[in-house]
Amino acid sequence: MNSDIVDFASVAPAYPELLMAVGALVLVILGVVINKERSVLISWLAVLLIAAAGLVAILNPSDGVLFNGVFIADAFGRYMKLLVLGGAALSLILAMPNSEANGVHKFEYSILAVLSTLGMMIMVSANDLMSLYIGLELQSLALYVMAAIKRDDKRASEAGLKYFVLGALSSGMLLYGASLVYGFTGHTNLSDIVGAIAMEGRSIGLVFGMVFLLAGVAFKISAVPFHMWTPDVYEGAPTPVTAFFAMAPKVAAMSLMIRLVMDTFQPISHDWQQVVIFLSIASMVLAAFAAIGQKSLKRLIAYSSIGHVGFALVGLSSGTQVGVEGVAIYMAIYVVMTAGLFACILSLRTEEGYVENIEDLAGAAQTRPYVAAIMAILMFSLIGMPPLAGFFAKWHVFLAAIEANLYVLSVIGMLASAVSAYYYLRVVKTMYFDEPKATFIAVPNELNIILGASAFLVVTYYFTVGSVLTNWAHIAAGSLF
Amino acid sequence: MTFENSILTILTFLPLLGAALVLVTPKTALNAIRWTALVTTLVTFALSLWLWAAFDASNPGFQFVVNYNWLGDSIGYRVGVDGISVLFVVLSALLMPFCILSSWEAIEKRVKEYMLVFLILEVLMIGVFTTLDLAMFYVFFEGTLLPMFLIIGIWGGKRRIQASYKFFFYTFTGSVLMLLAIMAMYWNAGTTDISRLLTHQFPQNMQIWLWLAFFASLAVKMPMWPFHRWLPEAHVEAPTAGSVILAAILLKLGGYGFLRFSLPMFPDASAQLSNFVFVLSVAAIIITSLVALVQTDIKKLIAYSSVAHMGFVTMGIFAGNALGIQGAMFQMISHGLVSGALFLSVGVIYDRMHTRDIEAYGGLVERMPKYAFAFMVFTMANVGLPGTSGFVGEFLTMIGVFQVNTWVGFGAAFGVILSAGYALWLYRRVIFGALTKESLKGILDLNLREKIVLYPLIILIIVFGFYPAPILDTTAAAVDNLVAHYAASVGLDPAVSLADARAPLEYAAPTGEAQPAAEHAAEPAAH
Repeated sequence: MNSDIVDFASVAPAYPELLMAVGALVLVILGVVINKERSVLISWLAVLLIAAAGLVAILNPSDGVLFNGVFIADAFGRYMKLLVLGGAALSLILAMPNSEANGVHKFEYSILAVLSTLGMMIMVSANDLMSLYIGLELQSLALYVMAAIKRDDKRASEAGLKYFVLGALSSGMLLYGASLVYGFTGHTNLSDIVGAIAMEGRSIGLVFGMVFLLAGVAFKISAVPFHMWTPDVYEGAPTPVTAFFAMAPKVAAMSLMIRLVMDTFQPISHDWQQVVIFLSIASMVLAAFAAIGQKSLKRLIAYSSIGHVGFALVGLSSGTQVGVEGVAIYMAIYVVMTAGLFACILSLRTEEGYVENIEDLAGAAQTRPYVAAIMAILMFSLIGMPPLAGFFAKWHVFLAAIEANLYVLSVIGMLASAVSAYYYLRVVKTMYFDEPKATFIAVPNELNIILGASAFLVVTYYFTVGSVLTNWAHIAAGSLF
Repeated sequence: MTFENSILTILTFLPLLGAALVLVTPKTALNAIRWTALVTTLVTFALSLWLWAAFDASNPGFQFVVNYNWLGDSIGYRVGVDGISVLFVVLSALLMPFCILSSWEAIEKRVKEYMLVFLILEVLMIGVFTTLDLAMFYVFFEGTLLPMFLIIGIWGGKRRIQASYKFFFYTFTGSVLMLLAIMAMYWNAGTTDISRLLTHQFPQNMQIWLWLAFFASLAVKMPMWPFHRWLPEAHVEAPTAGSVILAAILLKLGGYGFLRFSLPMFPDASAQLSNFVFVLSVAAIIITSLVALVQTDIKKLIAYSSVAHMGFVTMGIFAGNALGIQGAMFQMISHGLVSGALFLSVGVIYDRMHTRDIEAYGGLVERMPKYAFAFMVFTMANVGLPGTSGFVGEFLTMIGVFQVNTWVGFGAAFGVILSAGYALWLYRRVIFGALTKESLKGILDLNLREKIVLYPLIILIIVFGFYPAPILDTTAAAVDNLVAHYAASVGLDPAVSLADARAPLEYAAPTGEAQPAAEHAAEPAAH
C-alpha cells in the first residue's frame, strides 16, 4: 500500500484538496478560539482559503493518478475545480452582507461551505467508485446542514429535512448502482471498469448499474425526473444558501457525470446516451412549462436552473469532445450568470425584507436602475439572447448536438428555450414596464461588485473572456479523450 | 490599422462609444444626453458615407475585409461589405439621426435609457450588415430583438406589453430554427465564414431543410403573409422612432437574409420553392392591401402597406434574375426611406393630437400646408408614382417576375392599384375635407426640427425617383455575380438571366428585349 506516495512532492496533484482539508480544520479551531457567534474574519479567511486553493491549482498544474488510483488530477478536473472554487467563493461573499437576517452569520457556515467544497473537489477528481461516493457524501452532508442552518425558521428546517431525505434516497440509488457495476465488472476503479467492459462486453446488469449511478448523479444536478427537491429547497433555504446550492454543487455533479459517461461507460455509449437524452429533453421541456406559473422568484430560478441543466446535457448527449467542451463552457457561463442573479435578488431588499415574489419587483428599473439593468441583462442572457454570454453557451452545446446528428433533441431544445423566454421576460416586464410600488434600500458594496463583474462578463463575453475560455475548455475536454 | 481594415469595425462600434458616454451622463442632463446621441449618430452617418464613397462598385466581391478566428474554431471576427450590404449600412446610419431628432421632445420619460437603447440598436443593425461570420450574423440579427423589445415595451402605447411579447415570440421562435441550420451548415462546410460558404455546395436534400429553417426566421422578420401578425401591433404600439427603425431597417433584415443566404447558398432549394414564395408574396400584396383599406388607425394602415411592399421584395428576389433582384434591392432601400418618412409624418401629428385615429383628423391642409405637402410626397412614393423612388423598385420587380411567371406579375399588379386606393384615401381623410373638428383648430405646422427631419427625405425620395443610378450602380456588380452563381447552380444559362439588368433605366423601352429571355427563365422555376 501507499506505494505511490514516497514524499510530500509526490502528492502535488492533490495539493489543492490537502490545502482545503487542513485549512478547514484550522478554521474550526480558530472559530472556537475566537468564540463569537458571528465572525467576519472566518468568512473572509474561508474565501481566502478557497482562492488560495484555486491559485495552487492554477500555478501548480500537475497531472497524475494518486492514492492507489482513486484520485485523478487532469486538465478537465482542474478546469471544473476552478469553477467549483469560483462558485463557492462567490456564494460565500454573497452571504456576507445582512448575514444575520439570512441566518448565515454563524462561523460554522463558512467552514461547512469549505468542507462541502472539498467534497466537490474530490468528486471532480474521483477515479474510483469509493472516492466518488466519499466526495459526494462529504459535500452532501455539509449541504444538508447548510440548508437548515437557520434553525428557528420553519421553512429553512423543512428545506433541510426535505433535501436530506431525498438526498439520502439518491445516495442509496447511487450506491446500489455502484454495487451492481462492481458486481458485473469486478472493479471499483473507473479505469479498470472501462477495461473490463471493453473485454467482456455489455451485460444487462452493468446497464442497470449504470442507470442507477446516473440517476443518483441526476439527483444532484436536479435533472428531471429527479428534480422534485429543487424548487422547495431553493425557496425554503436562506437565499445565500440557495446561491451556494445553485452554483458549485451543480458544477461538481455535472463533471462527475461527464467523467462517468465519457470515461467509464465509454464502451456502452449507446446505452447512456439514451438516458442522457431523456434527462435533457425532460429537463428542458418541464422547466420551460412549469416555470410559467411561478410567482415566487426563487422557485422561478429553481426551474430555470433545471432547464439550464437540461441545456448543458444537450452537449453531453453528443458523447463527443466538442460536446464536453460545450458543457464545460456552459457551466462556466452558468456560474457567472447565477452569481449575478443571486446578487440581484440579495440587493433588492425593502424595509420588510427580501423580495420574494416577482410582482414585488415592479418598477425596480426606476427606483434601482443599476440592479434592474443588470438583472434584465442576466435574464436576457439566461434566455440565450445574443450577443450576451448565454447565447454562446447554447451555441457550443447545440453545435455538438448537431454534429452528432441529434436533430430531434436540438429542435425540441430550441423550442423549449423559446418557451422559457416567456418567464424570463416576465421578470424584465415587471421591472421595466410596470410602475414602481415598493422602495428598496441601498445595496451593499460586496453585492455591487459581484453584480458589476457578472454583468461585465456576460455583456462583453465575445470580446474579453470568450476566446480564453474556449481555449481552456478545449484543453480540458481534450484531456478526457 | 489602415482605412481598409478598420473602417467597418469603427463604423459598427462607434455608436457603442456614444452609448458609453450616455451611460456616464447624469440622467437629469437631458440635453447633454440628446446631443451626445445625435452627434454620435451623425458621425456614424458621415463615416458610412465615407465608406460608400470609398466602396468600389465594380468589384462584385467583399471589400474592407477583416478575417480572424476568434472563439474556438467556429466563431470568428470577420467583417466586409459588398454591393448588397453596403447600402443597408448607409440606410441604417442615415435614419438614426432622424430617429433621435424625432424623439427629441416626444420622449419625456427615461430619456437616458431611450438614447442608450437606440445607440445599442444601431450597433446591432450596422453589425448585421457588416459581419461576414454566419454565427455573428445570427448574433446581430437576433440581438436586435432585445432593444426593440424594450423600446416597444417601455415607450410604447396602451397595449404595448402584448405587442412587445408578440414581437419577441414570433421572431425568436422563427430564429432558433435558423440557428440550428447555421450549426448544420458549419458542420457541413467546416466554417462560418460567409465568403467561403458562398462558394460551398450543400447537398441537395440538405438544402431544402436549411432553406426551410432560414425561411422560418426570415419570413417572420420580413414579414411575409401569413407570418405578419406581429407587425401591425408592434408598429402601432411602438413610439415613432421605434416604428421607423422597425419598418425601415429591421424588416430589411429578412430580405437581406434571403439575398445573402437563401438564394446563393441554397440555390436548388430556392429554385424548387420559388413558386411557394411567389404564392405567398402575391397573397401578401393583395390580401394585406385589402386589409389596409379597412384600417381606422393610421399607423396600422402603413404597417399593412409595409407587408404588401415587402411582398414585392420577396417576389423580386426569388425571380432569380438580375432585374428582379436589383428591383428588390431598390425597393428595400426605397421602402426604408418612404415608410420611415411616413411613420415620421404620423409622429408629427401624433405628437400634437395624441391619437392615431384617422377619424380624428381631416382638413389639416388648411392649418398645416407644409406638412400636407410632405405627407403628399411620401404618400405618392408609397403608391409608387413615377418620379418617386417607390416606382423604380416596384417596376423593376414586376418586370423581373414577369420574365419568370406571368401570372405572378399579373397578381402583383393588383397591389399597385390597391395601394393607390388605400394611400390616397388615407390622404384625403386626413389632409383634405373641411376642418370641422374643434381640437384641430389650433394645430401648428411643422417646426424647424420637423422640417430638418422631413425635408431631406423628400429630396432623397424624389432624387432617387428620377435618378436611381447611385443605388443601382452600387448593387449591380454584386447582383450580377449573385445571379450568375444562382443561374449556374440551378442549370440556367447565366447570360439569359442577366439579360441586361440596367437597360430599362438608361433608355426607355427595354422590356421588349427582355421578352425572349422570359421563355427560358420560366421553365426551371415552374417545376
